[in-house]
Amino acid sequence: MTQLWPWLTLAGLGAFHGLNPAMGWLFAVALGQHRKSRRVVVLSLIPIAAGHSVAIIVVVALVVGLGVVVDADLIRVGGGLVLISWAVYHQVYGHLHKVRFGMQTSMAGLGIWSFLMASAHGAGLMLVPVLIPLCLSGTPAQELTAAGSIGISLAAVGVHTVSMLAVTGVIALSVYQWLGLAFLRRGWINLDLLWTVALAAAGVILIVL
Amino acid sequence: MATWTPDPSFYPSPRMAMKAPQEKLAYVAAFDPDRKKPDAIAVVDVDPASGSYGSIVGQTDMPGVGDELHHFGWNACSSCLCPNAPHPHSERRYLVVPGLRSSRLHILDTKPDPKHPKIVKVIEPEEIAEKAGYSRLHTIHCGPEGIYVNALGNAQGEAPGGIFLVDHETFEVRGRWEVERGSQELAYDFWWHLGYDTMVTSEWGTPKTFEEGLIPEVLLGAKYGRRLHFWDLHKRKHLQEIDLGDKYQLVFELRPAHDPTKAYGFVGVVISLEDLSSSIWTWYRDGDKWAIKKVIDIPAEPADPDQLPPLLKGFKAVPPLVTDIDLSMDDRFLYVSCWGTGDMHQYDVSDPFNPKLTGKVRIGGIVSKAAHPGASNGALSGGPQMVEISRDGRRVYFTNSLYGAIDPQFYPDGIDGWMVKLDAGENGGIEFDPKFFVEWPKGHRPHQVRLEGGDCSSDSYCYP
Repeated sequence: MTQLWPWLTLAGLGAFHGLNPAMGWLFAVALGQHRKSRRVVVLSLIPIAAGHSVAIIVVVALVVGLGVVVDADLIRVGGGLVLISWAVYHQVYGHLHKVRFGMQTSMAGLGIWSFLMASAHGAGLMLVPVLIPLCLSGTPAQELTAAGSIGISLAAVGVHTVSMLAVTGVIALSVYQWLGLAFLRRGWINLDLLWTVALAAAGVILIVL
Repeated sequence: MATWTPDPSFYPSPRMAMKAPQEKLAYVAAFDPDRKKPDAIAVVDVDPASGSYGSIVGQTDMPGVGDELHHFGWNACSSCLCPNAPHPHSERRYLVVPGLRSSRLHILDTKPDPKHPKIVKVIEPEEIAEKAGYSRLHTIHCGPEGIYVNALGNAQGEAPGGIFLVDHETFEVRGRWEVERGSQELAYDFWWHLGYDTMVTSEWGTPKTFEEGLIPEVLLGAKYGRRLHFWDLHKRKHLQEIDLGDKYQLVFELRPAHDPTKAYGFVGVVISLEDLSSSIWTWYRDGDKWAIKKVIDIPAEPADPDQLPPLLKGFKAVPPLVTDIDLSMDDRFLYVSCWGTGDMHQYDVSDPFNPKLTGKVRIGGIVSKAAHPGASNGALSGGPQMVEISRDGRRVYFTNSLYGAIDPQFYPDGIDGWMVKLDAGENGGIEFDPKFFVEWPKGHRPHQVRLEGGDCSSDSYCYP
C-alpha cells in the first residue's frame, strides 16, 4: 500500500490545484459567458491543463535532472528551502502579478496564462516532496539514471494533470451550466493563504523528514 | 491585510451589484477655491432612517493647502474578482484622493471609522514625478493591475499627460502605464472595457491652459482636446485615435457599458464652437475598429446679455456645458449634467444609438438660478456637475462646482456649494428629494461624490 500513497498525493494536489479559481476554471467560465458558448468552456480546459502540466514538467525535469548529478540529501534540503522562500514570496508579492492576458485572449494565450499562474503560484514546487522519493529512488539493483526516471516522472505529471483537469472541468461546467457566479461572493475562500501554508509545509516536510 | 472571504462589496457582475444594500454614507471631495485652508473629504449621511440624513457628519482635512481635491476613488473594487488577475481577498477600504493642482496623492483609511477616514499615507508630487513622470492627478480607477491614476501633465506640467499605476495594497508608485503612447498628448478621463481588453482615454488640455481658467483664444482656436484614444489594456499600447472634429472642444467623461460583453460607451463633449451646444456621443465596436456617433445634442438657450458673465455676453446664450455624465449599473439610464443651464437630464439609453429623454430637473444655472424645495435661499448658484448613481439606480446625487479657476468665469457672483439627491423611478423619471439639500459650509466647494461600498462609476466587472 505504501506504493500507492505518492500517487494519491499527486492526484489530491491536482484536485487542490483544480479547485483554485485562480488556476483556470473561473477563466473558462468567463470566456464561455463572453462567447455565450459551453463549447468554449470545454475547449478552454485544454490550454489550461496544458499550461499547468508544462509548469509541473519544468519542476519535475529540474528535480530529476539535479537528482542524477547531485546528492539526494542536498536536493531534499535545497528543495525545502526553495519551497519555504517561495511561500514567503507568495505571501508578500503574490498580488503583484502583471496582467498579460484578458478576455480576448487566444487559446494559446490562455495556455501561457495557465503556465504563468501555475509557475508563479509554485504549483510544481508543491509536488517536490512527493516527486523526490518517487522519481529519485533507484531500486537497489539499479543505478539511478535520468532515462530510468523518465517513465515514472511522466506518469507523475499525468496523474496530477488528469486529476487537475477533471476537477477544473467539473467545476467550470457546473458553474457555467447551473450554479452561476453569485456563490463566489461568500464561497471564494482564501485559497492563496492555504496555498502558502501548503508550500511552506511541503518545504518543512522535505527538510525534517 | 488579506481576508478569508472576498470583500462583501465585490460583485462578479453588474446585475448582482444592483442588489447591493443601500448606501448609508457618501464621501465628497471639497476644496477651498482661495487655497487658504486645507481641502477635505466630507462624509455625508445618506441614510434616510438617520437623524442626520442629508447633513455632513464627518470631515477629514488634507495635511496641506491648495490641493484642489477633485476626483478620487477606491483602492480595490469588483474587478478584483476577474479570472485573469484575481485579488478577491483585497479590501475596498482606502480612498485614493489626489490633489489636481498639488499633484499630491492621499490615502485615506475608511475602515476604523467610516465617518472619519484617517490619512495613512501621503505620496508627494516629487516621488510621483520621479517614478512615473507625471503631475496634475485627475481620475482614479481600481482595476486589474491595481490602482490606475491619470495625470493631466507630465513631470514639468506640459504634455503629454497619461496614466500611472499604484499598488493597491502597499500604495507604492509603480510607474508609468503606457508602453506605446502613439499620438496621444492630452489627457482628461479614462476607463475600460474589461471584456474587450480595451482602455479608452479622453482629452482636456495641458495644465497651463486651464489652471488659471479656460483661455478663450485656446478654446476658439480649437486647441483644447477633441479626441478619443483606444488602447490595448494589457499590452498598454495605443491602438486608435478618433478625432471628433475641430468644432468640438473638451471631450470629458467616459462611461463604458458596465456589462463587459457590451462594446459601447458614452462620452460627453462640453462645447461646440459652432453653436455652444453640448453633445453626447456613443463609441462602439465596428468590425475590428472602434467608431463613434453623436447621439444627443443639447442646444444653448438664448439669454439677455445683461444676465450673462463677460465671457458669454457676446453670444447672447447660455451654453449647457455638459461637464459630467453617469451611466446606471444596468446600462439603461444615462444622467447628463448641464452645468451652464442648470439642467440634469435622464435619458433611456437601452438603445445606445437612440437615447430618449425620460426625466429632467433644473437647479441653479447661470441665468435660471433655480431653487430647491429644501433650500432656505431661493436663488441657487452653480449648476448640476459631478453626478453619482447608487448601485440599484434609484438614488442620484450631485454637487455644483466644476473647477476652482473656471467657476468664476461662468458664475462671476460666486458659487455657494450644495449637494442634492434625486429619486429615480424604476422605469425612469426623476424628482428632487425635498429632505435632501446639503448647504455646503462656506469656504469649501463640493466636487466628486463616492458612495460607500461602490457606485456606478467606481467598479468594473468581468462577468455579464
